[in-house]
Amino acid sequence: MRIIVPIKQVPETGAVRMDEATGTMVREGVEAIVNPLDLYAIELALRLRDSSRSADGEGNHEVLALSMGPPKAQTALREALAMGCDRGVLLSDPAFAGSDTWATSNVLASAIRKLGEFALVICGERATDGDTGQVGPGIASFLDLPLVTYVSRVRSFGPDEMVVERLVEEGHEVLAMSLPGVLTVVKEACDPRLPTLRGKQRARQAELVRWGHQELGLAREKVGLAGSPTRVVRLHRPSVARQCRRLIAADEESAALAVRELVDILRQKNLL
Amino acid sequence: MDVDKSKIENRKTQIEASGIWTLAEAAGGKILPVSFELLARGRALAQKRGVRLTAVLMTDRADPEGLEELIQRGSDAVLLVEHPALEHFLVEPHAACLVELIRRHHPEVVLAGATSTGRTLMPYVAVRVDAGLTADCTGLDIEPETGNLLQTRPAIGGNVMATIETPTARPQMATVRPRSTRPLPRETVRRGEILRQAPPAKLASRVRRLEFVPLPDARTIADADVVVSAGRGLKTRQNVRLVAELAEAFDAAVGASRDVVDRGWLDYPHQVGLSGKTIAPRLYVAVGISGAIQHLAGMQTAQTIVAINSDPEAQIFRVADVGIVGDLFTVVPMLTAAIRKAKELNAEDAEERGEKQDKE
Repeated sequence: MRIIVPIKQVPETGAVRMDEATGTMVREGVEAIVNPLDLYAIELALRLRDSSRSADGEGNHEVLALSMGPPKAQTALREALAMGCDRGVLLSDPAFAGSDTWATSNVLASAIRKLGEFALVICGERATDGDTGQVGPGIASFLDLPLVTYVSRVRSFGPDEMVVERLVEEGHEVLAMSLPGVLTVVKEACDPRLPTLRGKQRARQAELVRWGHQELGLAREKVGLAGSPTRVVRLHRPSVARQCRRLIAADEESAALAVRELVDILRQKNLL
Repeated sequence: MDVDKSKIENRKTQIEASGIWTLAEAAGGKILPVSFELLARGRALAQKRGVRLTAVLMTDRADPEGLEELIQRGSDAVLLVEHPALEHFLVEPHAACLVELIRRHHPEVVLAGATSTGRTLMPYVAVRVDAGLTADCTGLDIEPETGNLLQTRPAIGGNVMATIETPTARPQMATVRPRSTRPLPRETVRRGEILRQAPPAKLASRVRRLEFVPLPDARTIADADVVVSAGRGLKTRQNVRLVAELAEAFDAAVGASRDVVDRGWLDYPHQVGLSGKTIAPRLYVAVGISGAIQHLAGMQTAQTIVAINSDPEAQIFRVADVGIVGDLFTVVPMLTAAIRKAKELNAEDAEERGEKQDKE
């Protein structure tokens, strides 16, 4: 039984700053990390693998981490291996640059197809840089697999079906999905473990498979920017819409005045 | 290789597409508000482009009054698919229907709410119809001549706004933040067509819904009149109490920035912003929140915004109506006391007025 976890390397977005003068992103000193929401997918995959292992002894169970990105994205895969994933596959090719979610899903789905049989694909809810949440459902669609998004709990797993809870606006659904299938998981699903020292050592030495568009049998015009239907045409800082009435509260006294004025404004606006 | 080529040609021929579609969502036969918000967005685009606006409703049974309301709130027509397999949202049957409708009618734009349904259905469908899809838009515009949809959304973790186009592929698909726009008022004189559509021959699902467990009733930030939100400026989990007390004084719900939720000071349902909830309360009070675009995207449509922050350069002041620049640990307890007092006075006034009326 194999579980595949597609992961993404992202900039630590909390650290990203904008250069006010040029309107561009300051990348210097920004660390590249495994998308924090992918850690929940990795953790859930490891738990399902381990419970399947203990259920049927020595069977061949593995978790395979998959990542599309530049060569340095291998560090993200090594982190997944350090947490306990069994193998890593890096999808790296200059032709993949500029991929939107359609093109990314296509590459990941092609790699999953090439890997052969599997029971489950588990994705994080979304990546913290792109914030789209579209790649997981896109993979399911390319592979023509059943899909459950926003999974907050796995109630039972395998061999032919799994039962999960799906978080929606008004509560949660309980759904049974036939396998193989695709899940996207939310934070509530589990607490990601930290890599162990032994895991880190193993990860450092592990060999990663690396595939480009040719290995995946994808035409160059179907990957990267060329294969992406969408284009970013403009980046900008949003304009200011409101005139802010500023009240300075430098000490106790001015704070008291500021509070009094604020209460007056709120009363005038009928907000009290 | 051959398949790839034909798909690219397909993208070009779809450029003949015409008309704006919005997806209506229903639960238990009732149309959900996000459907009407989308119609307000769609109406503006259809008018500018000079094309028809169509609402698409896929359900097990449509409520006639709901269909009428879709027309009265902006659509020229409703494409209606009724089938027992569409009772609850399951991605496979819903996607099969929408793909079939798109292939039959060739819309140029398809909009859905960025809800758990829309964010699941749209990427599944976009892959099938070879369309571009933009997630979670907060702004939409259209070029009247080319029909290119200008889709604006926060990007790079919410640090900047990106405008995205889909120059060659049709339809252009987008999900739109719920509550990022207001529905149009109901115009009872508006007329439109209800076009019943046969579902595709097969509507199978490999996912079955076993049960639904509703959330317990709790004051949620989504429907509160007043929201008081906590930011990283509170420094510790214990200090979140200051915000909770201010919220109580206002009779408000408690919100939070992403930082606060990531640190575990408050739970995810409190999170305001791109990765949390978009809200539009009458009053929003941001306490110790710097105002990353990702946060602003979730609250800037509030009627009145008050910000309390010690950093005069904080972005939050750019969207605030009133800003107190100062130490929140001094200001917030004072404000809490002042609001309590103001409310007490209000209550006494109301009582007095009541007594006067009694005398008269």
